Amino acid sequence: MAEIVLSVSRLTKKFGDIVAVDGIDFDLPRGVTAALLGGNGAGKTTTLSMLLGLLLPSDGAITIFGENMLTHRHRVLPRLNFSSPYVDLPHRLTVRQNLSVYGRLYRIPGLRERIATLASDLQIGDFLDRPFGKLSAGQKTRVALAKALLNEPELLLLDEPTASLDPDTGDWVRSYLETYRARTDATILLASHNMSEVERLCADVMMMKKGRIVDRGSPTALIARYGRATLEQVFLDIARGADFAPREAAQ
Amino acid sequence: MTVAAPAPARLRVPTGDGFSPARVWAMMLRYLFLLRSSWPRTLELIYWPAIQMILWGFMSRFLMTNSTWVAKAGGVLLAAVMLWDVMFRGQLGVSVSFLEEMWSRNLGHLFATPLRPYEWVISLIFMSFVRVGIGVVPSALLAIPLYHYSIFTLGLPLLAFFSLLMFMGWAMGLAICGLILRNGLGAESIAWFAVFILAPVSAIYYPVSILPRWLQYVAWILPSSHVFEGMRTVMFQHTFPLGHFFAAAGLDVIWLAAGGAVFLLYMRQARRRGALMQMGE
Repeated sequence: MAEIVLSVSRLTKKFGDIVAVDGIDFDLPRGVTAALLGGNGAGKTTTLSMLLGLLLPSDGAITIFGENMLTHRHRVLPRLNFSSPYVDLPHRLTVRQNLSVYGRLYRIPGLRERIATLASDLQIGDFLDRPFGKLSAGQKTRVALAKALLNEPELLLLDEPTASLDPDTGDWVRSYLETYRARTDATILLASHNMSEVERLCADVMMMKKGRIVDRGSPTALIARYGRATLEQVFLDIARGADFAPREAAQ
Repeated sequence: MTVAAPAPARLRVPTGDGFSPARVWAMMLRYLFLLRSSWPRTLELIYWPAIQMILWGFMSRFLMTNSTWVAKAGGVLLAAVMLWDVMFRGQLGVSVSFLEEMWSRNLGHLFATPLRPYEWVISLIFMSFVRVGIGVVPSALLAIPLYHYSIFTLGLPLLAFFSLLMFMGWAMGLAICGLILRNGLGAESIAWFAVFILAPVSAIYYPVSILPRWLQYVAWILPSSHVFEGMRTVMFQHTFPLGHFFAAAGLDVIWLAAGGAVFLLYMRQARRRGALMQMGE
C-alpha cells in the first residue's frame, strides 16, 4: 500500500458565524496528483492555507509526512512548497534575487546550481536578472513555479496553477508538472477551476461545495457516476444542484 | 514551447528544526537587495536626518549667543536631534522592512517556508542597524565640518545612549508591526507618526522638569526621557548618570517584552484570521 503523505481529519474553519471549511476528511498517498474542485467560496483556498500552516483551523487535524502540522509545522515545511497567483513575490527584486532569498530560507545545498537547473528546466534563464514586477503573467507563473520547486518538494500545493495563462503556456506548465511528479514521485494537490486541466493531471478529484467534500473519485469515475460527458458538466451539476443529491439527480 | 526533462538527482533539504542564522541572513539579503535596487530610497534615509541636523545646527548657533542654558554645552541640541533620530530610525528600520512584505504581498510565501517569526524579527533588528547607520552616521559626520561639533566626543556614554534608544525603537517597531498586522495596511501611517506622540514627553530638547507634574510621571516611564536627561548630565556636569542608565535599561526590557508580545499575539491572530494570505496593497 502506498505511503499516506497527507491526512486531513475533521478539518474545520469558521470565520465568526461563517463556516468556510466544514469538517472535511481525506488522505493522499505518495505520487498522486489530486484536485480540490469547487466554485468560488467552496473552501479550496482556505483548505490549502490550512495545509500550509498559514491559517489555523478551528477544529480538526492535519498530518503531513506523519507529523502533526499544527504542532510541528517546521519539520514539515522544508519538504513542502506552494504556488498561488494570490500571493506575490517581491516585485522590485530580480528573479535571481527572489530565488536566492527563498533558496536560503530553505537552506538549499548548491543553491547556485539549483537555480541554474530550474532556470534551464522552466526556461526562465533569459529574464533571471529582470525585476519580478516587470515580467508578463506567463513569465511570473513560471518563476512562481521555480520558487515552488526550489526545495524539490515531496508535497506540492498549487492554487490555480495556470490561471490567466495563454493555452500554450498553460499546456507547458501542465506538462512540466506531469514530468515533475513522474520523476520525483511527489504528491501534488491543486485547487483549480480549469476542468480540462484537472481531467488531464489528476487521478483523484474532490468536489467541494460550501466547505464540504460532496463527492470524490477519478475524473472518469465522476463523469460516469453523474452520467455526463465532461468533468465540467459534473462540476455544474454539483455547483447548481441541491447540496448532496447530485448522483440521484443525474441517474 | 517544449518541456525539458528535469534533472534526475534527488535534492536533500535540511530540516527546519531550531534557529537558523542562514534564514536570518536570507531575510537580511532580501532587504539589502531592495535597498541596493533603489538609490532614491537610500538617499531618503540620509536626507531627513541631515536636514534636521542642519536646521538644529543653525538654531544652536543662534541660541549659543542668546541662551545661557545652551551656551553651557554647545552641542546639546545637536546631540539631542541626532540621538532622537537614532530612536526614530531604529523604529522605522523594523517597521519599514516589515511593511515591505505587506506592500509586496509576500507574507504568505515567507511563512510557508521554515522561517520562524523570531528569525524574521532578528533580521528586522539587524536591518534597523543598517538603516540607522546609513541615516544617522552621515549627518553626525557632516556636523563636524559644519558646526565644529562631534557627537563622538561623548565617548562611551554615546554607546550606552545609542543602545538604549535602539532598544526602545525596536520595541516600538515590533508593537507597530503587530498593530499593522491586526488592522491591515490602512494602519501603515502608524509606522510614521507613532514615535512622535512620545517626542513631547521624551524631554529631547528640554528637561523633564519643564513638563506639567502629571506629564512628568508619563515621561519617567519612557526609556528615552532617561536617556536625554542622562545625555544632558554628561554634557553639562561631565558625569555619567548611572541612575538614568539603569532606569532606561530596565524600562527597555519591559518595553521590548511588551513590543514582542504585541507582535507575536497579532501574528498568531493573523494566522487565525487568514490575514497572511490576504495582506497587501
